[in-house]
Amino acid sequence: MSEPVIKIENLSKQYRLGTIGTGTIAHDLNRWWSTAILNKEDPYLKVGDKNDRGILGDSEYIWALQNINLEIHEGDVVGIIGRNGAGKSTLLKLLSRITAPTTGSIKIKGRLASLLEVGTGFHPELTGRENIYLNGAILGMTKAEVSAKLDEIIEFSGCARYIDTPVKRYSSGMTVRVGFAVAAFLEPEILVVDEVLAVGDAEFQKKAIGKMKSVSEEGRTVLFVSHNMASIKNLCTSGILLNQGGVEFIGTAEETVERYLQDDLLAYESGEVIDKGGNKHVEIVDYQTFRGPNKSISFFTGDKLTLEVTLKFNEYIGNVDLGVNFKTTGLELISHINNFDEHVSISGNKGDVKKVRIIIESINFAPGTYVIDIGMVAVGEMLHSLENCFEIDIQKGPNIGRPNIFPKNAKVFTPTRWEF
Amino acid sequence: MRETIHNDDWTLEIYPKASLFKLNLKEVWRYRDLLILFVRRDFVSVYKQTVLGPLWFIIQPIFTSLVQLFVFTNIAQISTDGIPPILFYLSGNVMWQYFSGCLTLTSNTFQNNAGIFGKVYFPRLITPISLITSQLLKFAVQFGLFLAIWLYFFYDDSAGVINPNWTIALLPILVIIMAGLALGSGMIISALTTKYRDFSFLLSFAVQLLMYSTVVIYPLSVAPLEYRKFIVANPMTPLIETFRYAFTGSGTFSWLYLGYSFVFMVVLMLVGIVVFNKVERTFMDTV
Repeated sequence: MSEPVIKIENLSKQYRLGTIGTGTIAHDLNRWWSTAILNKEDPYLKVGDKNDRGILGDSEYIWALQNINLEIHEGDVVGIIGRNGAGKSTLLKLLSRITAPTTGSIKIKGRLASLLEVGTGFHPELTGRENIYLNGAILGMTKAEVSAKLDEIIEFSGCARYIDTPVKRYSSGMTVRVGFAVAAFLEPEILVVDEVLAVGDAEFQKKAIGKMKSVSEEGRTVLFVSHNMASIKNLCTSGILLNQGGVEFIGTAEETVERYLQDDLLAYESGEVIDKGGNKHVEIVDYQTFRGPNKSISFFTGDKLTLEVTLKFNEYIGNVDLGVNFKTTGLELISHINNFDEHVSISGNKGDVKKVRIIIESINFAPGTYVIDIGMVAVGEMLHSLENCFEIDIQKGPNIGRPNIFPKNAKVFTPTRWEF
Repeated sequence: MRETIHNDDWTLEIYPKASLFKLNLKEVWRYRDLLILFVRRDFVSVYKQTVLGPLWFIIQPIFTSLVQLFVFTNIAQISTDGIPPILFYLSGNVMWQYFSGCLTLTSNTFQNNAGIFGKVYFPRLITPISLITSQLLKFAVQFGLFLAIWLYFFYDDSAGVINPNWTIALLPILVIIMAGLALGSGMIISALTTKYRDFSFLLSFAVQLLMYSTVVIYPLSVAPLEYRKFIVANPMTPLIETFRYAFTGSGTFSWLYLGYSFVFMVVLMLVGIVVFNKVERTFMDTV
């Protein structure tokens, strides 16, 4: 095996919860008194809960990462996965030197560049070309390096026509394209990438993934965080699963993704409805499926599902976009429906309470567990959104003749007719 | 895999604590292109989409000086040490605005750049240094204005004789001390404001009040003797006095006072570097 290019030992990172107020100065003084004057241990390092979002802990301090030990070897393409709050971004931040660890050490061999966001430091008043230089320099390239690759960067971005226009006139997609184009031509020995590939249109995403793949094929070391299991499996050779600030599993990309999806299934059993809020000009006051009071419902592939959503209008809203998400337990969106699909418009005056029934004639999902979110948008602003409203457990019904189970990654059942 | 790897030539080692005075100037040098681009960005972007553009650099001190001329010379009748009043106020303003501009900008380093600092690493010191430099360009423009008006009074001595002398050669040193003072105190305040925003409120009016304890609108010679030591204790006072003395021959010049400013600057810079180094590593957690 080749030598490690990144060696992480006993790495921990502690954060303080809540707001910074008068308590801070007291803690600061106390910490200073014990460490500097009494020469004792930092009193606040001892306390600290595990990083579990769902449970209300009684400590103000939390370990975002605790005792991480890892070795990453030259040429590895490592996918880092885990639920929100597992510590993925914290790990990347420590590696990129954005913040320092609380304990432990990281040793790196070779030049490391991190890409936690595309287009960092873009100045709206400067032109695309000027911003390419600026962004390149921020990412650690010299002016000469950028100049040498300028034509390629502009070509890759596909924005040649606008390159001498100030960036503030760009659409958000164009800004992202230019930003990614710069990053694509970084040539570090180690590349750290946060979920930045999930931007831009389909064509550009394909281009970006292709570029990532060619980078990894050149034998460079890549660390890649994503919630997109498909791209992890596609790009990475090995995987690391983080859970509540610790390393839970290390293995090949496939194995790690499997493990993660299994874990997630278990986690969903206790899943609560998450109220994501919104401006509440229209509120979701009730929702049901006519299948009993339980949040968890089960039926067969192809069954009819009726969702009834009760809306309360707190303002006059002329054109509500009411949407329903169907997601896998791995949080992969597999279907989205809304009222515009069927040319239905929803509006109401202040004070109106409306019941809307959404009748899905047949739910054609492959057997498995799915999660339903309900959300409303109007004129580009979130009105109200609820995540994880229902969990639907779909089983293979008697109408499907196939004797064996569906292939693992099939999510949609497509009814067909066979003729001879 | 072997248990121990006998290879210690790591490019980078990250530990929880850094040594106090480690400035890592080598790294700053490696990022010099970024420094230049930041300076360019700050200088160019300020007056984009304005008609007068960089002329604003000049308009600002002229009008400030004219108002001061009206209030302090015509109404309050404060002496200007025999220097033509407009030249007197202009010299004070050009110097003071460089200092206050640098101080205000550097003290907001972490807050204004939290977006960039939170996403990518580069030596954080680049930002305050680039601010000091772009302000220096502004200072150069304003100094040019001062020079033009000074030349006018130099050849037309109906308003009073001015006697420039060898101390003009000290100008670069004055600018360096001034930049150092602003950078040092700016770094200290920027470090404090990441955690306690109180300091940014404090700074905005402290800079205003500080101007009155500096010899911007009055010469040191008119200050009552018992208060003079407080005015001289302000390290900006000797700098402005020396500047005026150099170009006009009137004012106070003292190696002692200038030496005091220099020592003050060195101490501020050292404290600033220590505090900045400590804060730059974890400020993202508190900003």
